Amino acid sequence: MNFEFTEEQLMIRDAARDFAQRELLPGVIERDEKAIYPTEQVKKLGELGFLGMLVGLDYDGGGMDTISYVLAMEEISKIDSSVSVIMSVNNSLVCWGVEKFGTEKQKQKYLKPMARGEKIGAFLLSEPEAGSDATSQRTTAVDMGDHYLLNGTKNWITSGKSASTYIVIAQTHPELKHRGINALIVEADSEGISVGPHENKMGMRASDTHSVMFNNVIVPKENLLGEEGFGFKFAMKSLEGGRIGIASQALGIASGAYELALKYAQERKTFGKEIINHQAIAFKLADMATEIEAARFFCLKAAWLKDQGKPYGHASAMAKLYAAETAMKVTTEAVQIHGGYGYVKEYHVERLMRDAKLTQIYEGTSEIQKIVISRGLVD
Amino acid sequence: MKILVCISNVPDTTTKVKFKEGDSLFDDSGVQWIINPWDELALTRAMELKEDAGNSVNEICVIHVGGASADATLRKALAIGADKAVRIDACPADAYHVAGQIAEYLKENPFDIIFSGIESSDYNGSSVGAMIAEFMDYPGISSVTSVNLDDDDIQVNRAIPGGKQVLKTETPFVAVVQKGIAMEPRIPSMRGIMMARKKPLEVKPAAELEVLTESIKFELPQEKGACKMIDSESAEQLVDLLKNEAKVL
Repeated sequence: MNFEFTEEQLMIRDAARDFAQRELLPGVIERDEKAIYPTEQVKKLGELGFLGMLVGLDYDGGGMDTISYVLAMEEISKIDSSVSVIMSVNNSLVCWGVEKFGTEKQKQKYLKPMARGEKIGAFLLSEPEAGSDATSQRTTAVDMGDHYLLNGTKNWITSGKSASTYIVIAQTHPELKHRGINALIVEADSEGISVGPHENKMGMRASDTHSVMFNNVIVPKENLLGEEGFGFKFAMKSLEGGRIGIASQALGIASGAYELALKYAQERKTFGKEIINHQAIAFKLADMATEIEAARFFCLKAAWLKDQGKPYGHASAMAKLYAAETAMKVTTEAVQIHGGYGYVKEYHVERLMRDAKLTQIYEGTSEIQKIVISRGLVD
Repeated sequence: MKILVCISNVPDTTTKVKFKEGDSLFDDSGVQWIINPWDELALTRAMELKEDAGNSVNEICVIHVGGASADATLRKALAIGADKAVRIDACPADAYHVAGQIAEYLKENPFDIIFSGIESSDYNGSSVGAMIAEFMDYPGISSVTSVNLDDDDIQVNRAIPGGKQVLKTETPFVAVVQKGIAMEPRIPSMRGIMMARKKPLEVKPAAELEVLTESIKFELPQEKGACKMIDSESAEQLVDLLKNEAKVL
């Protein structure tokens, strides 16, 4: 078993790290506080190819493996998880789905610009009455013969306003229940689409999260992704890979907080010595380091399985569950280690703690991950 | 127009420096290698010149004198955008030896502009660029902070005490570049990283050249002592300490 990364993987990790330090760190606190969308940062992220890392070279992507993606996501998330969630949704949920199940025409028209970072994608599954229970879709895509007519509301949509391309999950044949759900590519500037106000979130405040409303939106038949009735399966398969992205994000949030706490503990003195030399703090850091390393192995194992073409849903659920729980624990401890300073914005860790919470909720709550894992134990 | 960028492979700045074999050799076990920061800026400027559609730069080659441990660094240079990499397979004994190897390569493979970083962050010799110019009988310009090509009109700025000197020159020439040659080093793109292995990395045998120096011993600098703070009103105390304790007066 080889635990070493390839030269390319290390280069990718270093490129992501350099980008995060140079382009994301300046202004990250202000962007979070004032919920300022990171326009310039996302543009530069796209120019370097981070938004289409996993897309094949034939479709203007980076042609990279999922392990490289995990490494890059961790580095970006250490500094700015508002940016990394935009990166994760674009890569894992939107580009992946179009490349895997789209027609050649769809790939040429929609995938290539997203892979190049010229356009952003959004994934529209959640609704006011359908979060964890994704089968209860109320958004409808009625088959009108030569087009679908889309009506309904989606909420909690990352990049809801900044995206040009939506993948919308909607019910076409309610009598077939979840087998009557379709996945459609919808252009965000289509007539009949309106976007709600920016959600004032606890964390990841610079990423734009909105409700999106559809009122008799016409979607051409050629924009159906996969076959009729494939939409629910499509969503579940997309989320399997999306979990690896969010797990890596949680890993980055945790490791970013840990690095800050470790540095602080070597500088801050109490009772005549650096606090890292007090066992209470040293043991906290030891626990944090160990849990982060375990979370990293979970993420890399899930990524490796995906790269090998093996089933990875179980592994990605474990990775997401463990990494998210670790992020919450580690960031809370990081604030504790910083003491009073951890409670102010200037020291970053309070932001990381607020960011960590969302990783336990979105793209499948920790409870949903436990359902996936427990079902996998008997399959 | 072709640009050659000389690349040094140096230890990462967080490396804990240690020596081996009776402190006569640098111990490179476990060292993380990186492109010498000044050479990275030089490569960035070369890329900018190539990307400027008004220029006639059509090839950027990077060259290094050293062993296979530098190959990853050279591939990073390819990932950043160099078209080709050349490694002269030799142990870089001293600046004269390194410059001589590069000059031998240049005699068979001429370039219009040769960029060399003003120093490497490990040995800080600040000699290779000037020596290449001397070996090749090319103009060599030091402390270069900008190189601009306007059609084939070449303007070079160099830093001088209190200001700058603006020079015109012709190819071929050597520019020994320092901070200011580019704003910041370029981050390789994802496509660049994936394409790097497809670009040529030629390994050339070393030329038989004289080595003028022999390294006898390395020493680490003395550890800094604790800092004593002297009040700004107490000049006499400062003088007393400098004379009687530090013994530097």
